Amino acid sequence: MNRRLMRWVLALASLHLLILCAGFFAPNDPEEQDRERPYAAPAKIHFVDSHGHSRLRPFVYPLRLQAGSFDQFEEDRSTAVPLRFLVAGPRYRLLGFIPCRLHLFGSDGTRLYILGSDAYGRDLFSRILYGGQISLLAGLLGAAITLFVGATIGALAGYYGGWRDAALMRVAELFVALPWLYLLLALRAFLPLSVSPLEAFFLVVIVIGAVGWARPARMVRGVVLSAKERDFVRVARGFGATDRYLLFRHILPQTSSVLLTQAALLVPQFVLAEMTLSFLGLGVPEPVPSWGNLLAGLQQYSVLISFWWMYLPALAVVPFFLGYLGLASALQQSGGAARIEDRGVA
Amino acid sequence: MRFFLHRSMQALLLLFGASLLAFLFSTLAPGNYFDEMRLNPQISSGTVAALRAQHQLNGSLPIRYVRWMNSVAHGEMGFSFAYNSPVAPLLWVRARNTLLLTTTATLIAWLLALPLGIWSATHAGKLPDRALTWTTAGLLATPDLVLALGFLILAVRTGWFPTGGIVSLGYDSLSLLQKTRDVAAHMILPVATLVFSALPILIRHIRAAVVEQLDAPFLRVAAAHGLSRRTLLYRYALRAAANPLISLFGFSVGAFLSGSLIVEVVMSWPGLGPLLIEAILARDLYVVIGGVLFSTVFLIGGNFLADILLYWADPRIRSGAPST
Repeated sequence: MNRRLMRWVLALASLHLLILCAGFFAPNDPEEQDRERPYAAPAKIHFVDSHGHSRLRPFVYPLRLQAGSFDQFEEDRSTAVPLRFLVAGPRYRLLGFIPCRLHLFGSDGTRLYILGSDAYGRDLFSRILYGGQISLLAGLLGAAITLFVGATIGALAGYYGGWRDAALMRVAELFVALPWLYLLLALRAFLPLSVSPLEAFFLVVIVIGAVGWARPARMVRGVVLSAKERDFVRVARGFGATDRYLLFRHILPQTSSVLLTQAALLVPQFVLAEMTLSFLGLGVPEPVPSWGNLLAGLQQYSVLISFWWMYLPALAVVPFFLGYLGLASALQQSGGAARIEDRGVA
Repeated sequence: MRFFLHRSMQALLLLFGASLLAFLFSTLAPGNYFDEMRLNPQISSGTVAALRAQHQLNGSLPIRYVRWMNSVAHGEMGFSFAYNSPVAPLLWVRARNTLLLTTTATLIAWLLALPLGIWSATHAGKLPDRALTWTTAGLLATPDLVLALGFLILAVRTGWFPTGGIVSLGYDSLSLLQKTRDVAAHMILPVATLVFSALPILIRHIRAAVVEQLDAPFLRVAAAHGLSRRTLLYRYALRAAANPLISLFGFSVGAFLSGSLIVEVVMSWPGLGPLLIEAILARDLYVVIGGVLFSTVFLIGGNFLADILLYWADPRIRSGAPST
């Protein structure tokens, strides 16, 4: 692995670690509501208290309703709540199974909204972190399914050739020719609409995985076509190697760099697909957070005009996408065949 | 001529395949519009059954497909249950708006991307080129959904641009010039979103194509012969780079279509996108199929246009057998 590739892998790995250990980095439970604090603005973190003394430890002021209003909050300057690191807070399960109470930061006594709260008074920052688990997992699983299907079909078409190849590639052409977001929506359209979050998640993953297989299939087929004519493969065949052995031992390994590059391009595309579906109300439903349904509130004009922080979940994806793009271009430089610009067109 | 015939046949086959696929998906559907209706206590089960029969939903898949093809031949493309009218007229109005949006965005994006890409290629490796590469990387990592919502918030908070819809209130009372200006003002935000989301891809492709040609042996020889940089670039490099770019143009139509769906929904532009989403939520089967097919037609149209341009630009295609 060259250094450039290494750098991108490290960057992406740390970003994913942040999401994987969302419970540790998030100060609050993502689904715990506080109906008294809807649409609280991001907390201001202070270093200088109301008497003008500066403090070593940053602190926040708890929120209270403004006099004579029912939805405007102001800081209650009488008590300062210090921020603490590595505090005990709400229970969660680290990595999904280790029961834990330790949080990276938090404050005793008051719920901390460092990026504000949503309509139900849920902490947006925690929801962004937990939402990433859903969106990224959907993208990764979708990409895995697509690549598996694509590689299988591509390898079969390329290796056996003949009418199988012709038939499979015609279907692949059809899938490439269709506008893929429309295809995604159409496929989703004909599946059940109101389902539990878990079922919805798997529906989304399967739909996403089913739509994108044609492009990797065509690329894998190309590699297999040239790989099966290489001398060492022909020699192995001459020695009586079975099709199965040839495919798994000699031919498929040659497709690995194409598949890796494709994976780096597909994951962000599929994360975006999950976001789009959930944003439109066709994906993972509330109360489970995903990067898409966190943005759904923005479809209301009142949210758009008054509560700008509800836009913040949208920005969460940018570093991830940047990372995957960087990874794809680094992979491609170190010998992958796919071009980075292949993303986005068609 | 044979080339065009071949291409048209291919396009028709693709469309046929797409319609078949859409119909196949529709058999997966566990429910339909009338199932939702059955839940309504005000509608008797007899009425629902009669409606089902009237809309001929009871036949098997091949029969329904043939019926639907028949209605396509009559220019109806099936029947919308929610709108209680044939699908085609519904789609035409929406498709016009989508086309208006995407063609404008395509033109502007290409007009911006061409000079930027070429300039970046001729200054490859220098600071401005690197800056542009980073900018495009950043834009590439910003999906259209994020861009669209960002622009929308900007517009709502500053009040600089009209948001939502295609025309203002009282549009009908305006003069023709005012009408044009009104629509143009409403187009600024969605077009800007589409342009910004497509720009990085276009610039990168254009840059790559031109750089490749500038590096080509025939141009190095020409440079050694003392041809000026201008001649090299405009007369030879661009011409040679045109081929992949024209194909890209065809693809970009498809990219704009996919992108415009989400932009239309976010900015409530009355195009195919919002119609499709509504139809999906209402299980309005034929509208969904029609919407997918319309977008496929646009996409195929874009590729066809690219083919014609290629035919005109590339003598190899004109003389040789049609390449696939």
